Amino acid sequence: MFVVATIAVFVSMILVLVRLFSGPTMYDRVLAVNTFGTLTVLLIGVLGFLNERPDFLDIAFLYALINFVGTIAILKFFRYRAIGDTPRRDPDAEVE
Amino acid sequence: MVVLDFFFEIVSWVLIVSGSFFMVVGALGMWRFPDFWARLHAASVTDSAGVILLIAGMCVQAGFTLITVKLIIIGIFLFITGPTATHAVANAALTSGLRPTEAAGLTGATPAPPKTKDAT
Repeated sequence: MFVVATIAVFVSMILVLVRLFSGPTMYDRVLAVNTFGTLTVLLIGVLGFLNERPDFLDIAFLYALINFVGTIAILKFFRYRAIGDTPRRDPDAEVE
Repeated sequence: MVVLDFFFEIVSWVLIVSGSFFMVVGALGMWRFPDFWARLHAASVTDSAGVILLIAGMCVQAGFTLITVKLIIIGIFLFITGPTATHAVANAALTSGLRPTEAAGLTGATPAPPKTKDAT
């Protein structure tokens, strides 16, 4: 049964990759990257069960964390054009 | 005991196959839908139904072990962060001026002119 799930995850990843490389706007690509990361988490878990060694779930959890933080960082970069602190105007410098 | 094992096998088979079905349906929608907002709707199918059903099927397959605890932690995390990331993408797209093309007057927002539909 895990063979069925693995094949389904692979087919879904290929379809999402098609959307990722042909998305007309960049938000399509961000959405496709997010879905691809979720599918990767599931693929790691299913492959662990398929090999009868489900010890890969720590790696899957780590990948879920990095995927979420990466999506939010990309969106913040799109909006503010900076990853770190947004540049704030100094009120004293504006008097002149 | 054999009957109980057979029952758990059937339950986990049904959960995993239906989860795979919803995942392929969501990915197919992301491939074929015409608009960004329609694709957002299709991606939420993968993020909610596929993830929950697949992880529930793997939990039934694993039994009462540490693996089930890890799977439940991954499921709760994906259940929280998936809608958050989808909302962030939708909010960023709406702020940048991307509007639905077909239902332009129904959303309450001012529809974009047809030329500036692609915000890139």
